[in-house]
Amino acid sequence: MRFTFKGALAALVTSTILAGAAQAELTGDLRIFFNDQNPAPKEAMEGMVERFQAMHPDLNIELTLIDREANKTQIRNYLTANAPDVNGWYAGNRMRPYVNAGLFEDVSDLWDGPMGDDLASTRPALTLDGKQWGVPYSYYQWGIYYRQDIFDELGLSVPATWEEEKANCQVILDSGRKCYTIGTRFLWTAGGWFDYLNLRTHGYDFHMALTAGEVEWTDDRVRETFANWRELIDMGAFIDDHTAYTWQEAQPFLVNGDAAAYLMGNFLVAPLREAGLTDDQLGFYQFPEITPGIPMAEDAPTDTLHIPAQAQNKEAARAFLQYVASAENQTIVNDVLGQLPINRNATVADDKFIQAGFEMLSNAEGGIAQFFDRDTDAEMASAGMEGFQEFMVMPDNLDAILTRLERVRQRVIAD
Amino acid sequence: MSAPSDTDQRSWWRRNQMRAAPWLFLAPGIAFFALYVVFPIFQSFQISLYRWDGLGEARYIGLRNYEDLFDDPAFYTSLWNNVRWLVLYLLAIPGGLFIALFLNQQVRGIRLYKSLFFFPFVISQVVVGLVFAWFYNPSIGLFNPLIGLFGFSPMNVLGNPNTVTYGIIAAGLWPQVAYCMILYLTGLNAVDPEQVEAARLDGAKGWPMLWYVILPQLRPATFIAVVVTVIGALRSFDMISVMTNGGPFGSSRVLAYYMFEVSLSEYGFRMGYGAAIAVILFLIMLVYIAFFLWRMWREERGY
Repeated sequence: MRFTFKGALAALVTSTILAGAAQAELTGDLRIFFNDQNPAPKEAMEGMVERFQAMHPDLNIELTLIDREANKTQIRNYLTANAPDVNGWYAGNRMRPYVNAGLFEDVSDLWDGPMGDDLASTRPALTLDGKQWGVPYSYYQWGIYYRQDIFDELGLSVPATWEEEKANCQVILDSGRKCYTIGTRFLWTAGGWFDYLNLRTHGYDFHMALTAGEVEWTDDRVRETFANWRELIDMGAFIDDHTAYTWQEAQPFLVNGDAAAYLMGNFLVAPLREAGLTDDQLGFYQFPEITPGIPMAEDAPTDTLHIPAQAQNKEAARAFLQYVASAENQTIVNDVLGQLPINRNATVADDKFIQAGFEMLSNAEGGIAQFFDRDTDAEMASAGMEGFQEFMVMPDNLDAILTRLERVRQRVIAD
Repeated sequence: MSAPSDTDQRSWWRRNQMRAAPWLFLAPGIAFFALYVVFPIFQSFQISLYRWDGLGEARYIGLRNYEDLFDDPAFYTSLWNNVRWLVLYLLAIPGGLFIALFLNQQVRGIRLYKSLFFFPFVISQVVVGLVFAWFYNPSIGLFNPLIGLFGFSPMNVLGNPNTVTYGIIAAGLWPQVAYCMILYLTGLNAVDPEQVEAARLDGAKGWPMLWYVILPQLRPATFIAVVVTVIGALRSFDMISVMTNGGPFGSSRVLAYYMFEVSLSEYGFRMGYGAAIAVILFLIMLVYIAFFLWRMWREERGY
């Protein structure tokens, strides 16, 4: 794979240099704040910058890598004072505070061009108030990662319906294991469970209406979602003491075979492989159908780049975003990241999980959600995920939780 | 300068030097204190009357933030946890005292033991928090095997809303006891041996000796220990942030952490609400500060 890839890369660089020469020459500084310091994203971003630099030798590119978590709070400072020309962030409602405050540049002009067709699948996720505010470079699927060897040992097959899922789980529990590992210390992992249960119970449109604040949290349909969740909780399907673990600390349960599956994003695969699980032991399946006949919708969070409104060199920033969106770049970057390209002309890496995710998302008739904390208002996201965690520990508190969430929703929509 | 009679001919500066000098020396301190402490206090009062996400326009909403606050179960949880911190953290004072009494003897290598006991205070609070988080971890931590030796069943200390605050306070007590110990050790050096001798001749020993002879002489050390412990309890923010992030479901928050969470954390965009919490926290602390100032003032007058 790597060898053929390098050949492709060399060909690419030549072609992009030729393409670059045709454009107006970019000069000045281009300051990029990228929001990930982990090895793979770092390599991907540095590669992107290097190739863009080769196209525009007179441009002085300065790349700053910021820790993923730190960026979530630092973005407020750097967008208002001494803004870079490009910064990393997320799609969906998480752009909202910055769009409302006029801190993100409207890049609809880029989307009006051919780029818009290539990235069509994520246009809704990047659109707020009818305009586009950034460009995606990668996304990844969510789903159930499971221990194939344990399933084989217990004679289980991949479930397609909720009944099968629960029946499988009972067999797993009877074998002395837990069905699902999860670490809810940082709350968002519980948001993944809620997203899928709600998407499967009531479908994409209801889920999006709920996360947009248009449906009451005390609605009976919301209770139905929680009732399905409760079935698993009452079975004892989740590992004990999950409130004490981070999502990383929950991995050993799957690796050691104490739990059989993990609902997570595709970024789970890399650490599990590092921990010694082979592709024969680890499998992936789509979250099963709950309410029959509802088109399958998926969570697929999109990572994006934006131009701050106060950027100094917007011309170079636009050119860079255009390059980021290109099929060549998205192929290379997502091969490094182990994620999925958004550009429909890009090539998907030859990897079991990436291929499975690509196929699943290409057939997601219901729609593609970002993730609970990217689809909802920030305040609602934090209150909601806290409520989900409480529900997982004390399901009897559901009424109090939903009343609390409804009060938050009322306040949020009142603004 | 030379003749005291020609005062009127001296410049203003020379005439008022003595009175002006202290103010000049104080000026930089006062300026920065006003800019970084006094001014933000009033600014918090002002922001607490607005709805503001920290980025866009602020909107005046009167006392709405306070109404929301008094209606917010998370606020009462945080307040109640603050009380727990204040009360239980004071255990560091007797703890420190008894370790100090124990270590206040002339044995070979006592300096080494003293420094070992003082060690936890030298480590950063963040590190203490991390170490205790691992210690409590239900799958890899040492805590559960340890209580297992005494026949207790395993506990999920930091993941259980009923135990989490006590777990964090216990972690916080570890360095705080060391701090109080060092205060008392220096205090014990100042205890008058003649008084102890005299008390002994009068037949005092054990508890009466400690209570009536030693402790009164340790009053200054006790006062400082109370002050630093109360302050320590109120700035418990870092331990909570490292060990639980206020969780599970907000049950280990204190007011300072809740303020940070609603206004500055990943999902926090409610500056006005955060400022309202800060104002309440300030008013609570004001009681303590007033007591402290009153006490200082009384002591200055020599009772």
